[in-house]
Amino acid sequence: MAASALETQKLCKSFGALSVAEDIDFRLAPGARHALIGPNGAGKTTFVNMLTGRIAPSSGRILLEGHDITKANQAARVRRGLGRTFQITTLFRSLPVLDNVALGIAERDGVARRMWKPASRHTEITDEALQLLATLGLKDDARTPVQDLPYGRQRLVEIAIALGLKPKVLLLDEPAAGVPSQDSGRILEILGALPSDIAILIIEHDMDLVFRFASRITVLVAGEILVEGTPEEIASDSRVRAVYLGEAHG
Amino acid sequence: MSGYTSNPRIRWQESLPWILALGAFFLMPEYLSLGARILTYILWALSLDLILGYAGIITLGHSAFFGLGAYTAGILSARYGVTDPFLQLLAAAAAAALLGISTGAVILRTKALTLLMLTLAITSIVLEIANKASWLTGGADGLSGVTVAPILGLFKFDLFGRTAFLYCLVALFLGWLIVRRLIYSPFGAMLTGIRENTTRMHAVGAPVYWRLVLVYTISATMAGIAGALLTQVNQFVGLNVLGLEPSGDLLVMLILGGVGRLYGAFVGPVVYLIAQDYLAKQYPEYWYFGIGLLLIVVVLFARGGILGLIDKVRDKWLQALSRHRSSAKASAR
Repeated sequence: MAASALETQKLCKSFGALSVAEDIDFRLAPGARHALIGPNGAGKTTFVNMLTGRIAPSSGRILLEGHDITKANQAARVRRGLGRTFQITTLFRSLPVLDNVALGIAERDGVARRMWKPASRHTEITDEALQLLATLGLKDDARTPVQDLPYGRQRLVEIAIALGLKPKVLLLDEPAAGVPSQDSGRILEILGALPSDIAILIIEHDMDLVFRFASRITVLVAGEILVEGTPEEIASDSRVRAVYLGEAHG
Repeated sequence: MSGYTSNPRIRWQESLPWILALGAFFLMPEYLSLGARILTYILWALSLDLILGYAGIITLGHSAFFGLGAYTAGILSARYGVTDPFLQLLAAAAAAALLGISTGAVILRTKALTLLMLTLAITSIVLEIANKASWLTGGADGLSGVTVAPILGLFKFDLFGRTAFLYCLVALFLGWLIVRRLIYSPFGAMLTGIRENTTRMHAVGAPVYWRLVLVYTISATMAGIAGALLTQVNQFVGLNVLGLEPSGDLLVMLILGGVGRLYGAFVGPVVYLIAQDYLAKQYPEYWYFGIGLLLIVVVLFARGGILGLIDKVRDKWLQALSRHRSSAKASAR
């Protein structure tokens, strides 16, 4: 069996008597374009936080490319190739866009510990950052502090930082959240152009975006996987319509 | 002013502190002892700026390292007859580094108020030890009989503080060189990242905790050296180098000058200590009132400290100038 890019086995999380994740067996195939959807309170955020290491599961295992990372901390998971974006922009707001991206690249390259040569003379870092910004159409903003960018562009910086880490698995937590609809097309365009060897799990409320982007969809309801399938299967599944789509469109 | 987009070249303004210091050396020979003291405080403030201004580590316990360095140098000289100034500095640096790494490893897992209280607790403990172990430290009477051999066997510490001033100036220059290098390096940029957004720093794979312990230890080492310099200049150590009060004074100095600007650590101690010296002579009972007033004015009207205020005034002036120019052009047309 080919190792999954990311896999969970019987993952559980409960806060006291409240169970927010129950026996989640989830598999993200290498190079996947996979979406995780579910109504509010379904436990999507808890699930993502367990994947990234922000909260520890009560039981179960998490495997990244076959390695057990259940006990690894956030930073160690990132170094193993698990990148993420945040639902609420989590950026270095007063720093220029270039620095936002370069700080991540420097960590990946092991340059961040260096104490003597000036950062701006580490051209291997700044060049790579500029190139990445160019592919995302952010090159002209390289020297602009992030806080001076419109929100849609800030969301792109969020994605740029994650890509700078050259992740093998990328978790996109509502990449288009709060973005005006004319800009969300641009985000979808960029997501569509991401390297195909990155396995991507997207958590998103925007059904339009989900159905255009993902080739597999997992529906999470009340901490349990309700169903998993192709977009067509999900769209025609009566249980999904009942608990989720019906509610969302009703 | 750190980071991947900043220009690390030294600007002409950055030579001002050294020109002023050398000017003071030649023009104000009667103030060199005060000058040497100010220089040690600048070095100490610089070490605080590194952790507070750049890494965002909030502390009221930075006197623990300064005081430990001061006592290490003093005890070596007064109790064990080690009078070589460099040996004293080295021992003070090592002791402060050790205290920095051991306490940092414990307290840097916390943040905000918890961290503030823990740093305060540590310097209070060191103060109490220095107070109780009077057989070693002289206790509340302080430790006198500190002698320092001539530097490199050549330059004696003279009565007017000429040697002490230049000695401290060289030490500060080296300290400045190192801190400046550090903050422009990728390490410095990374520290700014931790200050700006720790969550994001974790999410790009940075071992935040270890990096904080490292910079805390570097800063502690510098503070220890600054403390040892003060002992060598004063040829005396008292309990007033430990505890909340000197930490608070230092914090006030740095805020006065401007936090996270490198040169705020230069401006703050100069203004504070000169004001203290002057006010304490003129109004021995009320001088703290003047300092308090100064701090209120700075915090209310100049959040970036004195340097921040200068920046603001310069920006306004430049804006007015360019407006004036463009309107002059418009009327010429």
